[in-house]
Amino acid sequence: MKARIPLAGAAVLPLILTITGCSAGDDTAATGDATARGAIDVWFSNNAQEVAWGRQVVQAWNAAHPDEQVTAQQIPAGQTSEAVISASIIAGNAPCLIYNTSPAAVPAFQAQGGLVPLDDFADGTSYVTARSGELGAQYKSPNGKIYQLPWKSNPVMLFYNKTAFAKAGISTTAPPLATYTDFLATAQKVVSSGAARYAIFPSPSSQFFQSWFDFYPMFVAESGRQLVVDAKATFDSDAGRAVAGLWRQLYAQNLAGKEAYTGDAFADGTAAMASVGPWAVTAYQDKVEWGVTAVPTRTGSAENQSTFSDAKDVALYTACTNRGTAWDFLKFSTSSEQDGELLAMTGQMPLRQDLVREYPAYFAANPQYKVFAAKAAHVIDVPNTPASVEVWQTFRDAWTNSVIFGKEDPDKALADAAATIDDLVHRSRR
Amino acid sequence: MTASILGRHPVGLLLSAPYAVYIAAVFAYPLGMAVWISFHDYIFTAPGVSVPRPFVGTDNYTTALADPAVRQSFVNILIFLVINVPLTVVLSLLLATALNAAIPFRTFFRVGFYVPYVTASVAVVGVWLFLFSSDGLVNQVLGDLAPDPSWLINEKWAMPSIALFVTWKQLGFFILLYLAALQNVPSELYESAAVDGAGRWRSFRAVTIPGVRPATTLVTLLAIITGANLFTEPYLLTNGGGPSGRSASPVLLMYQRGIEQQHPDVAAAIGVLLVAGVLLLAGAQRLLERSRE
Repeated sequence: MKARIPLAGAAVLPLILTITGCSAGDDTAATGDATARGAIDVWFSNNAQEVAWGRQVVQAWNAAHPDEQVTAQQIPAGQTSEAVISASIIAGNAPCLIYNTSPAAVPAFQAQGGLVPLDDFADGTSYVTARSGELGAQYKSPNGKIYQLPWKSNPVMLFYNKTAFAKAGISTTAPPLATYTDFLATAQKVVSSGAARYAIFPSPSSQFFQSWFDFYPMFVAESGRQLVVDAKATFDSDAGRAVAGLWRQLYAQNLAGKEAYTGDAFADGTAAMASVGPWAVTAYQDKVEWGVTAVPTRTGSAENQSTFSDAKDVALYTACTNRGTAWDFLKFSTSSEQDGELLAMTGQMPLRQDLVREYPAYFAANPQYKVFAAKAAHVIDVPNTPASVEVWQTFRDAWTNSVIFGKEDPDKALADAAATIDDLVHRSRR
Repeated sequence: MTASILGRHPVGLLLSAPYAVYIAAVFAYPLGMAVWISFHDYIFTAPGVSVPRPFVGTDNYTTALADPAVRQSFVNILIFLVINVPLTVVLSLLLATALNAAIPFRTFFRVGFYVPYVTASVAVVGVWLFLFSSDGLVNQVLGDLAPDPSWLINEKWAMPSIALFVTWKQLGFFILLYLAALQNVPSELYESAAVDGAGRWRSFRAVTIPGVRPATTLVTLLAIITGANLFTEPYLLTNGGGPSGRSASPVLLMYQRGIEQQHPDVAAAIGVLLVAGVLLLAGAQRLLERSRE
């Protein structure tokens, strides 16, 4: 009994490793025929609106292609979608297409041999370029190939609670939020007036992706650059230090929450502001009387100021045998018509050029989305770099330690994290 | 000859085979695989993708131990065990003894202590946040005595808070073990003790504690093992091991390194070190038990 039970202490990882052990020696070829046709499986996210969109696109396709039926399901539940997708790649049972592939996870999936380069298809590159234009360039992998179709973005902007702002005596039509000085003063006013417990409450968690909703939108707006460019970290810079300095003040003055929060702090009025994308329009419409503006910069927002895209892409997985059908379905589901359906059903911005001109009727009927469509032309995503998740985790650890909890000078923490990331990316590229 | 190989009751082998296969498949093989991976440069790949996986000696162990976050996580788990294990043993024995006596609403209390154990951590974490957040009930009661920063974002209090939470959550299971053990303590022993003039406390020390010693061994061992596997609570209660990694556990880092960051080799090394640590603690506990016997 005693000899056996301690072995359970190692059960968490080895159980997962068992999958790998079983599959690593498998001789199933990861190569496939780019013209093969037949039935395929696809996965969608579990977002109710996306599921509804997915259902109609599959129905439309299946009605016209009786010999190439598509079966759709939501991504199976797991700790994260990325962990589930990774496990399915390793086990060799990934579907043909996943309409929820995180750009940050693409380098890892690519390294696992789980993704089919879209360049394999004769019109692969031209299709991506024609649909997304220059925006698509940032999704190219360091080896020059395209492993993800840029699908939809959620340009991150600053939502504010008009009721709380009114209570604090702040303008609800043109609140002073453009510069860091304005933003800080407004935050102080909101909290000191008792209009809300916190001015803003992004999750202070150590999860690698949380920086996408506090630091990164402001950094992108300030610098117009990704976190890593040409294998070098960019945040140990005036822009990075300025953003960190602003957030340090917010946390030091208890204007931003530092503890775990189980609900949605903006929806329930605990926080008066939130940095979120257009998905929030329907999520908050019956809960908060909201307004929206661009995230602040040091000197004030400019018209063409960038923001974080918070995009989700579509990738074609190597377990797929009928890749010809998968590619055709991918093009069908990202056609102008289906992108219009996606926009109408989810409010998320298809990553295609000139949205307002493409869908004038929609934006005329839904003017609240116009501001997001304008921003969608200037989105910047996470860098497509080796060791992507490790890079973000390194940054996040430095951020939580210095900016959120004030245990270290933020400037020094950023400098140290940048040096670690440079080394990490350099080693991973070899 | 056949009888000497198969034993006196060969059917016993047949009956125990499913469990032996289960142990081999679910524990022995994965553990062996983890040890193998920990000595190789290993990444997860899709079937049919061939990548070199060279032997790297103890490089993964060096990488793991050179990482301050990993070292901190082992210190954290030690702090957790020092608080959680004794507290679990003492509280579950005391409560089991109380619940074994003829007290009013006994069934209600038994169910009450067991409910947190069978409820998912994700669900009960909300209650704990309600109690221990800055504006929570505990701080409101404590007033000026409340720690600043509050419990779950305080470097000194984050891990003890998690240890308390886990103790409370798992108490029901350990009470159940002690309740079962208490049924085997002969009532004559209590009667003899009473005749000899022993009071309740003296009976508890002289009869109950020695009578449930095998259960105490089991409770200690299980508390060490489940404690060493700590993951959900720091993930949810303290924002993924915060503040500044002061409540990160080795299993949390194994998840980050192995699953999120695609370094299963380093994660396996952390796992093997954790198993070695648990075995050491279990061995030390066994030696202590033997010396008492």
